[in-house]
Amino acid sequence: MTNDGLMIEVDNLTKRYAGHTAVSGISFTVNRGEIVGLLGPNGAGKSTTMRILSGYLPGTSGTVRVAGLDVFHDSTEVRRRIGYMPENNPLHLEMRVREYLKFRARLKGLGLKRSRERVDVVMQQCSLTDVSKRIIGQLSKGYRQRVGLADALVHEPDLIILDEPTIGLDPNQIRSVRKLIKSLAGAHTVLISTHILPEAEMTCNRMLIMFEGKILAADTPDNLQRLMSGNGQVVAEIAAPLEDLCNCWAQMAEVEHYDVSPADGEFFRCALTPSNGMDLRPHIFALVRERGWYLRELTRNRHSLEDIYVKITRRPEEEEGV
Amino acid sequence: MQAYLTLTRRELATFFLSISGYVIIAGLALLVGLDFVTLLNMVGTDPLSMPITQYFFNNLLLWIIIVLTAPVITMRTFALEKASGTFETLTTTPVGDGQIVAAKFTAAVIFFIVMWLPTVGYMFVVQHFANQPGALDTGTLCSMYLGLFLAGCFILSIGCFASALTKNQVVAGMITLVAGIALLMLNWLAQSVAPNGQWQSQILTLFNLSQQMMDFTRGILDTRVVVFYVSATFFFLFLTLRVIESRRWK
Repeated sequence: MTNDGLMIEVDNLTKRYAGHTAVSGISFTVNRGEIVGLLGPNGAGKSTTMRILSGYLPGTSGTVRVAGLDVFHDSTEVRRRIGYMPENNPLHLEMRVREYLKFRARLKGLGLKRSRERVDVVMQQCSLTDVSKRIIGQLSKGYRQRVGLADALVHEPDLIILDEPTIGLDPNQIRSVRKLIKSLAGAHTVLISTHILPEAEMTCNRMLIMFEGKILAADTPDNLQRLMSGNGQVVAEIAAPLEDLCNCWAQMAEVEHYDVSPADGEFFRCALTPSNGMDLRPHIFALVRERGWYLRELTRNRHSLEDIYVKITRRPEEEEGV
Repeated sequence: MQAYLTLTRRELATFFLSISGYVIIAGLALLVGLDFVTLLNMVGTDPLSMPITQYFFNNLLLWIIIVLTAPVITMRTFALEKASGTFETLTTTPVGDGQIVAAKFTAAVIFFIVMWLPTVGYMFVVQHFANQPGALDTGTLCSMYLGLFLAGCFILSIGCFASALTKNQVVAGMITLVAGIALLMLNWLAQSVAPNGQWQSQILTLFNLSQQMMDFTRGILDTRVVVFYVSATFFFLFLTLRVIESRRWK
């Protein structure tokens, strides 16, 4: 019962705990082979969503399907297809790496020979071969995280769900974990949650921004940027007579708004806002070349995802004047 | 089945690959050893008026030991996994809740059996030195160990249930301990509630551990008691399963 297109279908999912609503009526789909980031501040409902997807918790209402199977009714089948690494990556700290992975592989129904093979493969994949005989409790956090990842991968699941996989790691470890996640694209569908933006930006094809139990935005990182930053302001530093510059900008149809301020030397710093969100840079470059001016900087001001994130997730508080 | 065996193995490994299992075994060996010495003194001075097995079980110390060890064995079964979060990774594998409960209970029971194995040796020591051919009879011995096994299963199933209820090992251990001691105290309670053996006292006696054990140690297999232990064990395991499953509808 494989569904070619969609790996995850979440329809109007709500999860209420006693007293508060963790997830309220979210819907989204994830295609096969995608890496999707679930982004949001702490307490946005990311972990709850993932727990429901992994079959650990039931939703209060709504349906969740993984590979066309209902998470609640075909729980065992779904769990077979999911590799889930919960928040904080709980492990049996008294076990050795290899022993643990083999135990997990056997639990997930792999045969003796197959589990041995797969454990070797995932240990290689996660660079754990050197520590295969070490006790997990004595490993550094980076290694433990990789043990968790290896566990999620060991039964070759269609869908890998990673809840904050890089939390608490040092920059080098974060980098290696990200690289590993990226390498999973295509063969596996990956859903990762994070509250660290660059992480989602770097690893994901698509991002879902969650806040207070709702999905506020869902798109590719690029589209999100375009969408949210909207105007795509361009900054150019040009050495030219001030009057000429102003005239040019005023005449250029694509420029909706301009602002020229003196920079050091003969240069002027021009901040140009396009009229329809288009990229002004080629036009500016053509103009400068035509006039024989000097150009020393030409950048398109992209709102960083961080701005977008802050903008989206802060809105209600600001309205309240917090 | 594979998952059940894998899990049971791991559960056993937590006992035998860590110090805690050996501490429990050593503690039990010490206490039972003390009990044994008392028994030997008795056997050495007085003529035996009842089977040795009955001497062995006819004292409160032994019951305190049984009631004490059960919580120590079972308190972490679920509580520890819940506290450390590994319960989440366990229940998101394609392993049924029933298998999880069964595996954890099996491991606890196996550990309980291993714990009591050395006492088999004690019996032979007694027989060797007691110089009374009737002192120890194989049938009585078997029925005693069967009783011990059944009572163990019962208390351990209560322990599993208590452990499933909470994240806190201490709470789980305490519930089991209280339940065990309460079961022991039913005897006295029965006497104070209805001193003349009325129906209230009979009901309470039915649930009383040491009373039931008395029959086993005499070599009497009372089917009522066996049925009670077996069904009570399954009842608590069933409750445990429901508690584990409850996260799906809570």
